[in-house]
Amino acid sequence: MDLKLALKVDDLDNVATIFANDITDGTAVEVRDKKGNMEEIIVHGNVPYGHKIALCDIAKGEKIMKYGECIGAASEPIHKGDYVHVHNLEALRGRGDL
Amino acid sequence: MGYTFQGYRRANGKFGARNLVAVIPSVICANDVGQAICRQVQGTIGYFHHQGCCQLPLDLKRVTDTLSNLGQSPNVGAALIVSLGCEGTDHERLVEEIRATGKPVEIIRIQELGGTSRAIQAGIDAAQHLVQQISGLQRETVDISNVVMAIKCGASDTTSGMASNCVIGYVADKLVDLGATVVFGETTEFLGGEHILARRAVGGENGPVGQKIYEIVNRMEARAKSIGEDMRGSQPTPGNIAGGLSSIEEKSLGAIVKSGHRPIQGVLEYTDRVDDQKGLWIKDAPGREPEILTGMAATGAQLMLFSTGRGAPQGFPSMPVVKICGNPNTFERMQHDMDLNAGQIITGEKTIEEVGEEAFELLLRVLSGQMTKNEALGYFGSMDIFCLGPVI
Repeated sequence: MDLKLALKVDDLDNVATIFANDITDGTAVEVRDKKGNMEEIIVHGNVPYGHKIALCDIAKGEKIMKYGECIGAASEPIHKGDYVHVHNLEALRGRGDL
Repeated sequence: MGYTFQGYRRANGKFGARNLVAVIPSVICANDVGQAICRQVQGTIGYFHHQGCCQLPLDLKRVTDTLSNLGQSPNVGAALIVSLGCEGTDHERLVEEIRATGKPVEIIRIQELGGTSRAIQAGIDAAQHLVQQISGLQRETVDISNVVMAIKCGASDTTSGMASNCVIGYVADKLVDLGATVVFGETTEFLGGEHILARRAVGGENGPVGQKIYEIVNRMEARAKSIGEDMRGSQPTPGNIAGGLSSIEEKSLGAIVKSGHRPIQGVLEYTDRVDDQKGLWIKDAPGREPEILTGMAATGAQLMLFSTGRGAPQGFPSMPVVKICGNPNTFERMQHDMDLNAGQIITGEKTIEEVGEEAFELLLRVLSGQMTKNEALGYFGSMDIFCLGPVI
């Protein structure tokens, strides 16, 4: 079976990016960081190649971190393993309402 | 012996990677005549744009400055200005400034010559003469420190920030260490990562360069807001979102990776040339391809390294564009557009350093004359001038 790989870029990150095809609800992925640490996480939802999952529970309004930096905030409560994208992450920049 | 490439020596001390006759319409209305000339005469390229009349004075100056800088580009050996005769740009200044670099320059004026067909005939004669004048020039060995490399990413996905932009960052650092010049831009894609860039500015975050970085980002963000619109829905683009990028911040943080790690020497305005200044520079330009490719060529760049994940095929008339693809699936699908596969970093087959060295060697070959895939395909018309005000 092909390895289902996800990459965590920085220690501060609470999401990882999946670089594998055919990730469906319930698939186990192997999350690796730069130090070679590994963790198996069960994915909730169908996640396309190059998209992200949560590495821990994230409360509504909490910052979402990638590259060790903020890439937006959770627009609803997110659970570990959830697919994270525009449906539950909102940008904090380039907006007219903030 | 350091790194070298084979380039064309210009009278003003610059070195070109190409030796082209540039056909330069001073206004959109002269494009058709310019295109007819380029179709007929080998060795020419056209700078076809959509500006040059019925604009505010600030923008008319911007268009004249940009066209002048393009004519002064080291990849251009001679220029033919195609003027209509009643446009808002200063076509006589184009002739003077480009000629001052020591290149042969001719001008034709459509209204004065008696219309389209006569202008085409006069333009073909003039362009043919210019090509014959410059085409015998031989390449010579040039030190790498004479390189001005532009960098950009386009049609990005999440592989861009983790593979192809890392490769460009590696090459950017290496070139800066060798005494060359690197220019990056896409101010819109600093949003959310500007503090990282400002801290890398010469003089620190609170120095004039660091503060200027914040200023250009705020200016770009305010410009979007001033229309009463929200940037979400257009940045990231629908393609970026399909590729997994969820916000402008995520796109930016991946985009700035391509600038490497060296100090930022300063910020160039859209119409500034980098001239003899070395090291890493920012050009204040938006991310859309025609406007930034034009801005970078006008800066004086001899070539561009262009990172993509979803597959951007664009090129520019006078500046070779090397495509480095971070997504292994896209590289497989679009091999005839992509010059280098950085997707092997994602699949774990190669390191960033290994692909970085491949990119550096390719850069030397392209500077010395090897055509990029977009050049060989004739896909090089991505050009326009970034203006600020309305068409009036």
